[in-house]
Amino acid sequence: MSASPALDHVHAGAHGHHYTTTGLDNRKIAIWAFIGSECMLFTSLISTYLIYKGRSVVGPFPHEACAPPACATALKPILNIPITSASTFVLLMSSLAMVLALAAVENRNLPKLTTGDRILGSSKLWLWVTCILGATFLGFQSFEFTSFVHEGLSIRTNLFGSSFFTLTGFHGAHVTAGVIWLGTLLAIDYKRGLGPADAINVDIAALYWHFVDVVWIAIFTLIYLIR
Amino acid sequence: MATVAASPTYAGSHSGEATGLWSWLTTVDHKRIGVLYLYTSLFFFLFGGLEAVVIRAQLAGPNKHLVSAEMYNQLFTMHGTTMVFLAIMPLSAAFFNFLIPLQIGARDVAFPRLNAFSYWVYAFGGLFITLPIFFAVAPDGGWFGYAPLTTRQFSQGLNIDFWVLGLQILGISSLAAAFNFITTIINLRAPGMNLMRMPMFTWMSFVVQFLIVLAFPVITIALVFLQFDRFFGTNFYNIGAGGDPLLWQHLFWIFGHPEVYILILPAFGLVSEVLPTNSKKPLFGYPVMVYSGILIGFLGFGVWAHHMFSVGMGPIADTVFGLTTLLIAIPTGVKIFNWIFTMWGGSIRFTAAMKFAIGLVALFTIGGISGVSHASPPADLQQTDTYYIVAHFHYVLFGGSIMGIFAGIYHYFPKMFGRMMSERLGTWHFWLNFIAMNLTFFPMHFSGLLGMPRRIYTYDAGQGWDTFNLISSIGAFMLVFSTAIFVWNFFRSKSNGPIAPDNPWDAATLEWSIPSPPPEYNFAEIPLVESRYPLWDLTHPERTSEIPHTHGGWSEHEKEADAKPVHLETERRTAKELGIPMPLPTIKPLIVAASIIIMFSGLLFIHRDDKTMAFTLIGVGASMLVGFLYAWLLSPLEEAH
Amino acid sequence: MAQKDSAPQGHGEHGGAPAVAHAAAHDADAHAHPTWKQYKWVALILLLITIVEVWVYYIPSFVASKLFVPALLIMSAVKFAIVVLFYMHLKYDARLFRALFTGPLIIAVVTLISLMFLFGHLAVRIGS
Repeated sequence: MSASPALDHVHAGAHGHHYTTTGLDNRKIAIWAFIGSECMLFTSLISTYLIYKGRSVVGPFPHEACAPPACATALKPILNIPITSASTFVLLMSSLAMVLALAAVENRNLPKLTTGDRILGSSKLWLWVTCILGATFLGFQSFEFTSFVHEGLSIRTNLFGSSFFTLTGFHGAHVTAGVIWLGTLLAIDYKRGLGPADAINVDIAALYWHFVDVVWIAIFTLIYLIR
Repeated sequence: MATVAASPTYAGSHSGEATGLWSWLTTVDHKRIGVLYLYTSLFFFLFGGLEAVVIRAQLAGPNKHLVSAEMYNQLFTMHGTTMVFLAIMPLSAAFFNFLIPLQIGARDVAFPRLNAFSYWVYAFGGLFITLPIFFAVAPDGGWFGYAPLTTRQFSQGLNIDFWVLGLQILGISSLAAAFNFITTIINLRAPGMNLMRMPMFTWMSFVVQFLIVLAFPVITIALVFLQFDRFFGTNFYNIGAGGDPLLWQHLFWIFGHPEVYILILPAFGLVSEVLPTNSKKPLFGYPVMVYSGILIGFLGFGVWAHHMFSVGMGPIADTVFGLTTLLIAIPTGVKIFNWIFTMWGGSIRFTAAMKFAIGLVALFTIGGISGVSHASPPADLQQTDTYYIVAHFHYVLFGGSIMGIFAGIYHYFPKMFGRMMSERLGTWHFWLNFIAMNLTFFPMHFSGLLGMPRRIYTYDAGQGWDTFNLISSIGAFMLVFSTAIFVWNFFRSKSNGPIAPDNPWDAATLEWSIPSPPPEYNFAEIPLVESRYPLWDLTHPERTSEIPHTHGGWSEHEKEADAKPVHLETERRTAKELGIPMPLPTIKPLIVAASIIIMFSGLLFIHRDDKTMAFTLIGVGASMLVGFLYAWLLSPLEEAH
Repeated sequence: MAQKDSAPQGHGEHGGAPAVAHAAAHDADAHAHPTWKQYKWVALILLLITIVEVWVYYIPSFVASKLFVPALLIMSAVKFAIVVLFYMHLKYDARLFRALFTGPLIIAVVTLISLMFLFGHLAVRIGS
């Protein structure tokens, strides 16, 4: 069952050579295979963080305060749960915006009777919201990274710094790539509009975006909340 | 039968296909990409073999000094790295590319341009990691690059930088290809070809693609950690900062063990094509062969720490991994028996391909037996890091993978190039190869158990190793000679061999139902597949009477495919005549591949503190990448139709 | 509509069924597909669970108890599951995609747990 199955059948029937064994789009199969590889990528990063948890020889530390000589000056625990909770909300809401964007693209040709319908049905609006929320998340991340460096934690400081910044950095890079991807779709929407024929492209971008969100759910719990 | 007089190479004089260098640089045709992989990987196979010959010359007698210790380190590192990543994997890829679409009745892979991209990344990456040896800065930390030895503290120079970055580049190639083939095999099978009717080579390749998808990200991260340590000063492998020396080993072997199944399963698949064809019998126990392949792939993720029995993981871990390693021998052994039962009662035709296939069955068994002996941690404590291990993996990789690949080359050469290889030279190649291979590697079992360690550049006389080493070295020189025969046979047959019929081996699967070499569109009419052995249904129905068949009863979905019952296609037409839209050739995949190599090269300069050069290269590479990637994604695959 | 049934159970899987039937009946495509109302509920549940997670983080007695880690793991697993099942519509799509995702997920989780044992972060007491 693909996003626009009616179209797949028309395609195959008309030309014959776009026959596929499953009736599904190649790109959708490929993106799920890609997501499988990303599972292993982030598992390796998360595993390393967890392996090195509690093993840093010098501070700062994630959840514990740090006193000399482990740190030059006395330091509080460095992770900021309130700020990160806010950024987590932002990313979760961006997934909602993403599903709405996809629905808007799929339903572009359906009649929009109420203002509510028009708002829900505006793919441009929801793509904007997703991009902005994604960029906001990245803003939070940059703020977090720079404040950590000010507090004495860089990627070189200790095991915590190396594993934390590499893991969250990789995640942030994935978010960045997602924002660029969605921005491109938005540009196409402005140029010629996105309709049901484009649903597959928006669908695979959405799957990527949701997966990046889901990885963050794991990171937020395993790195920030669990002490 | 042949309606063309010109030589049936890719000269294309008969088919309107483009010729010349540019056509090869811009090709997105899976058959041509397969041929590119074949040539490039054969080149690297020879190069890696030469490295081995120098190693064996150095070790032929005690206390030789043909090469320095440092150069020796580079030689064995590059021999291993070349053979694993630049020879065996791409030789398998040559067959994935050429064969999979033909075996499943498709016209190309799911993403032809991504396919071309994979090849060019491999080719450029191979150069990136190989050229340094000419400047004596080749990687020198072993093909498994254990940290902390490979950290900046203990390996200051550029050597390991080339290794880390080179492997990252090659990983991109393999992963992209894996997504491509997974999609292709799932989604582009001809109507009627359900999974249990796929040829065994396609099945084993399917399992391999999943192994790549799951294993390569892990080594990517291990390498990222090493890269970050070396270039940015992180602490992943920094013992002083509390880093664990075992982190690298675990991450590497979580990749490394599935990797060896990636290396062997395609060869198993090729043998499963060659043996039934040349026994004139269907493969014995096809479903079991499929399930055992899947099981090997799955269990392969549970055995990795058997490479680490000597590091002190403790009795529980040792026992668990010892057990899983013993377990994995079962599905592997099952395959050996099924091959033997395939031949039993068959009418054997000893082509060169068949000899190599039988050779694999014999030699892989020997390698498997020594492998089972490593599964016991106490036994492995004596064996590990000795030549006994070297013997094991050369029996499974040379006696296994390489033999299977040679079988595939002899078997599929006619289909690829439209000419027959010389059976006589093939026989010489086989016997010399078989004898030489055993001469080279069998003595290593003994020198290993007598304590000869791995990776030593010389050894003192009188430890009981001298004779064994001398025999190994003689065997290695013989291998040079036998490989030369193969190379001669290969190139001479390409230009002068007898013209090949469409199905010289009277084989059963779809790739043999079309001309040799296949026309650009592969199948003029997509076939409707009714059984596992479609051609034998037409020519030798008595052989397949006990295999499940469909007769008619196609689903609505399958009827839409506009396919025809399996038939032999002997005419060579053009895609244009037939109204089949072909993917457009394009240089963009090559340029995107080049841009990635440029970016990685820029990283090298960070270490040398030449930040200007570094940022210039990274900037140029990134702009090329973004620009040509957008152009690629926004341009259509095929002509409008 | 029947959306009330699907709502506050924390496990979208069972709650989604009646909503799906309605969606299928009303959907012009005759294709099971999450509706706007379901998306909204998923978002609310995600929000709620996250609030609970952060809330318990600040209860020292709960953090110190043995329930803390399992509770957090379960809560985030639920969030993970509902995003995957509903937003990535794995629940409604071809079973092939479910296989393509759960295979790697299982291998990933088993690898992570194995590494935790191997590096001493998890231990099982054997014997008395």
